[in-house]
Amino acid sequence: MTPRARARLVSVVVVVLGLALATGFALYGLSGKITYFHTPSELATLTPRQLDRTIRLGGMVRDERQDGETHIFTVADNTAQVAVAYRGILPDLFRVGQGVVVYGKYDAAAKTFNAREVLAKHDENYMPPEVKKALEKPTAEKQP
Amino acid sequence: MMIEVAHFAFVLALMVSASQAVFGLVGNGAVAIRASLASLGLCALAFAGLEWAYITSDFSVLNVALNSHSLKPMLYKIAGAWGNHEGSMLLWVLILAIFGAGIALAKHITDDTLRARALGMQGLIATGFIAFSLFTSNPFARLLPVPPDGNSLNPVLQDPGLAFHPPMLYLGYVGFSSVFSFAAAALINGRVDQDWARAVKPFIAMAWLALTAGIALGSKWAYYELGWGGWWYWDPVENASLLPWLAGTALLHSLLVLEVRGSLKRWTIVLAVIAFLMSLLGTYLVRSGVLSSVHAFAVDPARGAFILALLLFYGGGAFALYAWRAPALKTLRLFTPVSREASLVANNLLLIAMAATVLTGTLYPLLMDALNLGQISVGPPYYNATVVRMAVPLLILMGIGPFLPWKRPGRRTFRQTLITCGLLTVAAILVIPVHAFAFGIAVWLMVASAAYAWAQRRNFNLKALALVLGHFGLGLAVVGMLGTTLLKTEDIRVVKPGDSFTVGRHTLTFKGVDYVYGPNYGADEATVTLANGDTLKPQKRWYPVSDSDTTEAAIRLYALDDLYVVLGDRDTTKGSDAWVLRTTIHPFVATLWGGFALIAMAGVAMLLQSVRRKPA
Repeated sequence: MTPRARARLVSVVVVVLGLALATGFALYGLSGKITYFHTPSELATLTPRQLDRTIRLGGMVRDERQDGETHIFTVADNTAQVAVAYRGILPDLFRVGQGVVVYGKYDAAAKTFNAREVLAKHDENYMPPEVKKALEKPTAEKQP
Repeated sequence: MMIEVAHFAFVLALMVSASQAVFGLVGNGAVAIRASLASLGLCALAFAGLEWAYITSDFSVLNVALNSHSLKPMLYKIAGAWGNHEGSMLLWVLILAIFGAGIALAKHITDDTLRARALGMQGLIATGFIAFSLFTSNPFARLLPVPPDGNSLNPVLQDPGLAFHPPMLYLGYVGFSSVFSFAAAALINGRVDQDWARAVKPFIAMAWLALTAGIALGSKWAYYELGWGGWWYWDPVENASLLPWLAGTALLHSLLVLEVRGSLKRWTIVLAVIAFLMSLLGTYLVRSGVLSSVHAFAVDPARGAFILALLLFYGGGAFALYAWRAPALKTLRLFTPVSREASLVANNLLLIAMAATVLTGTLYPLLMDALNLGQISVGPPYYNATVVRMAVPLLILMGIGPFLPWKRPGRRTFRQTLITCGLLTVAAILVIPVHAFAFGIAVWLMVASAAYAWAQRRNFNLKALALVLGHFGLGLAVVGMLGTTLLKTEDIRVVKPGDSFTVGRHTLTFKGVDYVYGPNYGADEATVTLANGDTLKPQKRWYPVSDSDTTEAAIRLYALDDLYVVLGDRDTTKGSDAWVLRTTIHPFVATLWGGFALIAMAGVAMLLQSVRRKPA
């Protein structure tokens, strides 16, 4: 093998290994680590195993009250609603009557979604695409 | 009247940019230079016109009426011009024109055909973006009847961060347009050599420096703004800024090989194209609203489609040009698997693999949604399992690479230095009480970079300075990243005046809440004192114009950790003077910002080194 061919072989091997490493990591990472988005009405249809995961829940904020450091509010779509408990300080753009996305786990026994994070947006007119879709869904089905 | 002049100037800028593209690409440098200067003048006039409307609160301009208010402080009137989609696109185009003029005037470019063609490409990009701005997001539209006052800027954005973070970031994003233009020009000319590397280097350094600073400023802003996920959240838009940064960092390193050894020609060209395409992709992700993100503007889909078309046009064009011209660019230099070149190739592979992983994670939710496989999001767990792991070999290599000489394996003295550094690191790991391996890698990088500075002390030039600042700075920043992520302590409680409590090594006393007034808001302001006599005053502000609240955290930066206090709501069940208070201790945040600052200074050193006429 000439030095040139060897250099080329080395670079090809390195590139292939690098790509394999990256793809492997990416696929492994994606397999268990994606977060599903659900609407309140979808919560009822989930299996216990699906409910055991940390998910994102999105919808409209109906009402909100405070119990010490914990905020309890209702997140609703057009057909269902669920109580959400969040221990912490709500972000500035959180408001009753606006869309919200929370990140956490649903406690089926207590019928409460325990939020670990409440996601806030930049722009008060902005509606997360998932929430917009969730709110549009049932009305779209009613149309013939 | 001013706004019509500005509008007219902007339309003229479109024409001038188009002619700059035509004359530049056919190789007529003299006309292209004049056109690029005229284009800068016209874009500056257009921008000044919009600024004037903001400063004088001219609410007959729709953009001003929607985003400003007469009572807003002057800083936010000025910065408010780019706090919205239309105005920020105008700033984007202005910066594009500044880089065009930079190419026209740069004294270090010796090849006139290269200058002409690069200007032509720059004109072609400007034409596309001015058209985008004029046809889909015109900031100069008038509003009739004229409203008595404006809607004001979202109070969350009324922050000094707005004045510096977006312009810096755009300087970085758009700066890569000039790099792209040089790459396309080199392909047309069929010449990529050391002269080309020297011509393009200041532009890469400038773009990279600005992008680094822009990301760091955004990180700082997101850190103190509540609900934005802290200094880094792997939000799609954060990723969109990281992608060109990773590609740009790879480009800087491959350019070193091209500059010194004349090899990696084609790869460097590909990286230059990718860096700009990543910038465009970032623009697309932010402007189209396809992703759920803290940055998303409420936008109409036509804009997304337009930017996507521009992305495909420039990207497709560049790769077609590459496929046609690249085979002529041969590299004949060889190197062994253990050498400076090899370590830089490894750096490039790791950085590009990281960029590919980030890209996969960012676009995956879009793909799943398009295929109707459910709505998902990809967040920190994915990136921690992938990108963070890939950073480990990268950080280790960053300590070794600088010691390797070009072409051949290192001499024994280098090995001895590295072994000493390794032993020092192992000693440090034995002392570190928690997360020893993670902190050990950062320590390794800092020790090895300092050792490199010592080894180079006799001929310590700007190039060595850039290397040491960049590598040492990253090590320092990694300490901060690990500290805030792994060692954070949080405390949340209901307090009454006089209550004392302890979080970590700090003892805090809550004194009470007063109502205070700012220029365009009123605020509940808590007073919290520390045992060492320091006082923190977190606020909850209410802006009457937009009837919205903002929470202003009080942050005290110490060398070891950062005390972060947030005032929550009044807890009426426990009395009118009971409030929710959240206290967070973030260890080593000071080293995070310090590390970012050093990395940005590495960019400054690189810029200074590259604009010198004789190679340093």
